[in-house]
Formats: sequence, structure tokens, C-alpha cells
Amino acid sequence: MTVVVAAEGLSKRYRIGQHKAAYGTLRDSVVHQVRRFRSGHLHEPAEEIWAIKDVSFEARDGEVLGVIGPNGAGKSTLLKILTRITTPTAGRAEIRGRVGSLLEVGTGFHPELTGRENIYLNGSILGMKRSEISRNFDAIVDFSGVAKFIDTPVKRYSSGMFVRLAFSVAAHFEPEIMIVDEVLAVGDADFQRRSMGRMESIGDSGRTVIFVSHNLQGILQLCDRAILLEKGHVVRSGATPDVVAYYEQQTIGMGPEVAWTDPATAPGDELVRLESVRIVDEDGSSTSTADVRRPLGIEIAFCVLADGRPIVPKARVLDQHGAICFNVMDVSSRWHEPTPPGEYVATAWIPPNLLNEGRISVDVDVVTVASPKLIPHASAYQAVACHVYDTGEGDSARGLFSGQLRGAVRPLLDWTLEER
Amino acid sequence: MTETKVKPPRASAPETSPTRSTELDRARYVTVIRPATQMPRIDLRELWRYRELLGIFVWRDLKVRYKQTVIGGAWAIFQPALTALVYTLVFGRFAKFPSGRLPYPVFAFAGVLAWQYFSASLNIASASIVGNVPLVTKVYFPRLLLPLAGVVVPLIDLCLAGFVLVAMMAWYSTWPGAAVLVAPFFILLALVAALGAALALSALNTRYRDVPYAIPAFMQVLPFLSAVPFALDGVPLRWQWVLSINPMTAVVSGWRWAVLGGPQPILGQLGLSVGVAILVFIGGLAYFRRSEPRFADTI
Repeated sequence: MTVVVAAEGLSKRYRIGQHKAAYGTLRDSVVHQVRRFRSGHLHEPAEEIWAIKDVSFEARDGEVLGVIGPNGAGKSTLLKILTRITTPTAGRAEIRGRVGSLLEVGTGFHPELTGRENIYLNGSILGMKRSEISRNFDAIVDFSGVAKFIDTPVKRYSSGMFVRLAFSVAAHFEPEIMIVDEVLAVGDADFQRRSMGRMESIGDSGRTVIFVSHNLQGILQLCDRAILLEKGHVVRSGATPDVVAYYEQQTIGMGPEVAWTDPATAPGDELVRLESVRIVDEDGSSTSTADVRRPLGIEIAFCVLADGRPIVPKARVLDQHGAICFNVMDVSSRWHEPTPPGEYVATAWIPPNLLNEGRISVDVDVVTVASPKLIPHASAYQAVACHVYDTGEGDSARGLFSGQLRGAVRPLLDWTLEER
Repeated sequence: MTETKVKPPRASAPETSPTRSTELDRARYVTVIRPATQMPRIDLRELWRYRELLGIFVWRDLKVRYKQTVIGGAWAIFQPALTALVYTLVFGRFAKFPSGRLPYPVFAFAGVLAWQYFSASLNIASASIVGNVPLVTKVYFPRLLLPLAGVVVPLIDLCLAGFVLVAMMAWYSTWPGAAVLVAPFFILLALVAALGAALALSALNTRYRDVPYAIPAFMQVLPFLSAVPFALDGVPLRWQWVLSINPMTAVVSGWRWAVLGGPQPILGQLGLSVGVAILVFIGGLAYFRRSEPRFADTI
């Protein structure tokens, strides 16, 4: 695999504030210059910000690289530099192969022109050759489903038709390197599904894609590797699940594990104290991203200090909106037998194909039972979190469907079908 | 809502799998991104690669030009005709401006055509960058294409109005000599001058939106400094030289000489005009190229 995109120390500085000239009128600028000259401050300090600083990365042949980061991290700036819309202040990047950029769909569409004319216009602007457009013309029209109106000016189109036509042109654009912004993820669910499907097939066909997005789910689904930008710097790069996990931990402040080293300040009372809570995979190592098809464990380590009571560990799993997916507790015989003092590790195993995709967070309690009540002794709310994702290979409860499946859980059930 | 829709099987087979040809393509298309330099070169090879897009821009502007108008392309004739009529009445009849031995209406119309080509080119091309903000901020292509398309589009209007000029010449039976062969040269001179000025103005326009207000003000005065309503050899020689600093003077009087006959331009004056036009062009191009990297940031 050869390196097709190599960026080294890309940096971009913007001047903000002082330099009103950038937006004002000629008069403002002249007055400004005269004042500067008079006051003798020829080099006034303009406020500067580095939108990105020292960004280096590589993308190889056939690789789908995700770029994630919070707002203002410099993702758009990086994109604009890679697509040559603007130049970097410092650094260098080399791109081998024909580059196509899709920062929006329908770039350059003219309302007065017909659908047919706009296909040629938009295609050429994206960088397609005329012959290429002609060759794909029928496919584009078919895909868009606006064949009937292809000779109508697009200003008469509904917004849905407009977007469909615009997207189909973009979808038939096949450069070797594709740089895509998340704006593609606008539109209705159907449109999103199609654009994601299209992105996947581009990745599968051996082209290189650089995909910028806020949509972590999409990044996990599509990208082999990811880089995380924060305040203009690359703070993490590597396998997508690792980078996404790190990002989640940073932004939400909740990771896959939490431990209390000092028993005196650990959550709990004179009966029981928490030691640690972890989300673990099958091998018992903590994980902040989980394939929906694998089991996931909630591990609660606690210390029982006094004898005589049956101790029950309990966990509550919440989805990303804070809705409770379920509550679970250990219902084995330990319910009735007093737990002797000592250190314990309890793990609740969530079966594969139960959770829905997205971030889950976990509350834990260690309780005693005073039927019909549960008396909490040690509690940690929003203790740990994990990102559940689906690679969309068709063997999960999602099957081959790539749209949104709502619900707190998404179990893979057995279906029977009988013909009457 | 859309949960019943099923994703098509994933194996949408790559039609153009990476083969040897894409390997060759890769070698051919290597893009190097680096900071803007103080004096950027003009990448002619790249411009050539984008020639299709230039054609598309011209085609788009022509298509859109007279959309939703009643008389359409006839505006290309009506505008210069009306101006020539006013000139004929005011300057030809009342003020008795000199038109050499030529009938004033055809003299005025020919001059106005060359002038309007210049003025339309300058207007369209200098608004071309700001007028295409969605493109400039969303996709890369050599920005030069936009002003370039802007000076090509009015050529079509010129051709349309040219037929009327031929008809008028027939009416007044003024026929050109062999000099008509150099007529395109004067239009080219107008193109170079308009493009040069428009390159600077279109770049300036991305920072200062004063430009669209400033241009019409100058366009009011400039015909009188370009010998449009009068013949150049009707003014004192000293002033002919002063007027020749303006390249449009050479364009208008040279074009008239080429298509209508009449006094031949003085070579020295022509040289002065051509020199100024080339300087304007080089200056405009240099300023444009220097500002180009900032367009997306300042626009």
C-alpha cells in the first residue's frame, strides 16, 4: 500500500479582531492605514489564531481515514487546505492521484438551468471530464429518480428533487482520492442512508477517502483509521475505535473505567465501599468501544467491611439521551446469604446483540435487600461509558439495513414464519 | 419512519478498480500543497487541463444571460443601438463632433460596439469572483478561469451586434479595405486591457465591496477619454498622445479604421496604448495571483 496523501506540519493562521480591513470598505481601510501611519504603529499587533498547527498524517491507498474533533478544532480548515480552497501558512502536503472534494452537494448548481444542464455544470466543477459525465449520464439520472423533470429548470424542483439530483452527480464522481465533509450527512434519513452506503462502496473499491465528521457512529462504521483534532493539533491518531474512545473520554469525561484508590473517599458506607468500575470485553480488558456482536461486561469491584448482610451488586445502563435501557442485579442465591467481609469483583455480562448502537453509560450501586426495598450502600452514577457500534456486515440485528433503528435496545430475535 | 428500507447488497462491484492506468494517473496527478509564495507563477499546464471548465463557465453564462427575458439576445443589439442613437443626436447633430469623412451614425455605432465590449467585459469579469462565492469557497479550480470567462462572454454580444454593423455599413455603403483583417487585433487589445483591469478589480472586490460602485462612475466618463463620440484625429496632436495613454483610445479608433476605413492610427500612439495595456495586464495578473490564495478567506 502506497502513501497517497502525506501531510507534514500543516498550519494555518488567521488574523482576527484588529484587521477590520478584511471586511470593511476601502474608506475604512484608508482611514485605518493613515491612523496607523500617524500614530507610528506600523506593525500593530493583530490578534492571531492558529486554526491548525503542525498537523501531520498519512493516508494510504484504499484507506478510509476519519477526521474527528469538537467544533473549532480545525477540521474544516484542514479540509479547505487539502482541497486547495485555501493555502496553508506553513507545512506541506502531497497528494498522489486525482482528487475530488465534496464539501457540499450541488456546488455551482444554477437555478435557471435544467437538470440536464446542471449535471454537466456540476460535474465539470467537481472535476469530471465531459466524456466521463456523458458516459455516466443515464446512471446519474436513474439514481436521482428525477428523469421526468430532467429538462425542467431546477428552480422549479422541490428541495428533495434538487438534493437527489445533486447527490447523484456527486455519487458518480470517481476520483482516486475523495475528500468529504460531513455536510453530506444532511437531508432526510433515506438520503443519509444512501450517502453512507455510497461512501462505504467507495472505500471498498480501493479508493482513498478522507472523511470529516461529527458523527462518531458513521466514523466507526466507515473508517479504518482516524485522527482526532483538538484546538488545531492532532492529539490522537490510530485505529478508529481507539481514537473515538479517547475522544469520548475527553469530551464526556467518562471513560471505560474508574477506580478509587483511597477507601476513605471511595463511595460507600461502613458496610461496603466501591473499589472500581469497568466496562470490559470478553478478555477482561477495559474497552470504550464495543462491537454490538460481542458480549460486554460491567465489572464492579467492591470491598465488604462488615459481616451479616447479603450484598447485591446492581447496575443501570442508560443510553446516550439518558434514558434507562435496563436495571440489572445479581439474583443468584447470594440474595439470601450474608456476604463475608473481603474484596469482591462482580461482573454482569451483557449478551451480544442486545444493546442498540450509540454511547451507553452505567450507574452502579451496591445494595442490601430489605424487601420490597433495596437499600443502596455504595453508589457511583455515570461511572463509566462505552460506545457501541455496528460494522454493518449484516449479521447483527440490523441485517443489511443501514438507517436508524430506534429503541433503547436492539435485540437479535428468532423469528418464525409460517405459511397459512 | 424509514426503517423498512433495506440497504442494497454491499458488493457494488468497483467498475474502475485500481489498475495500471490509475497508477499512471497517480504519477501524472501529483498535487503539492504548500504556503503561498510572494510571486506565484502562472501554471499554464494546469490552465490547459482546466480548459473544459472554462468552456463550461462561458456556456453557463451565455445560457443564463438572457433567460426569462422577452427579447433575449436582441438586447445585445438594442443597447449599443440606443447609445449610438443618442450619440448621433446629441454629438453628431447638435454638437457636430468630428467623425472624419464617415457618416456619423455608423461611425458612432462602430465605436460604441468596441466600447461596449470593453465595458461589459470589465463589468462581468470584475464581478466574477464575488459573483461565484459558492464555488470559490467550496471547490478548487484555477480562479483565473472566472474573469477569463467574463471577457469571453461579451464576445458573443459583439458578434451579434456585428451583424447590425454590417447592415448599417451596407446602408451607408462604407466598405472596409484590407485593414479589416487586423480588426480582431483591436478586439484582442480591448480584451487584454479589460482582463488586466478586471483581474485587479475582481481581486480587490473580494476585500472591498466598493468596486461595483466605483466602476460605473468611471464608465460614465471613460468613453469621452477613449474617442468614442469623436474622431481622434479631430483633436490636437498633443491631446491625441494624452488620450493614447488610455488603451481604449487605440482600440476604438483602430477598430474604426479597420472596419470602416478612415484615418490610420499613428503607430507611435498605437504602441503607447499597447504598452499601457500590457502593463495593466501584467500588473492585474500579478495582483490577482498574489491575492488568489486569500480569496476563500476574505471573500
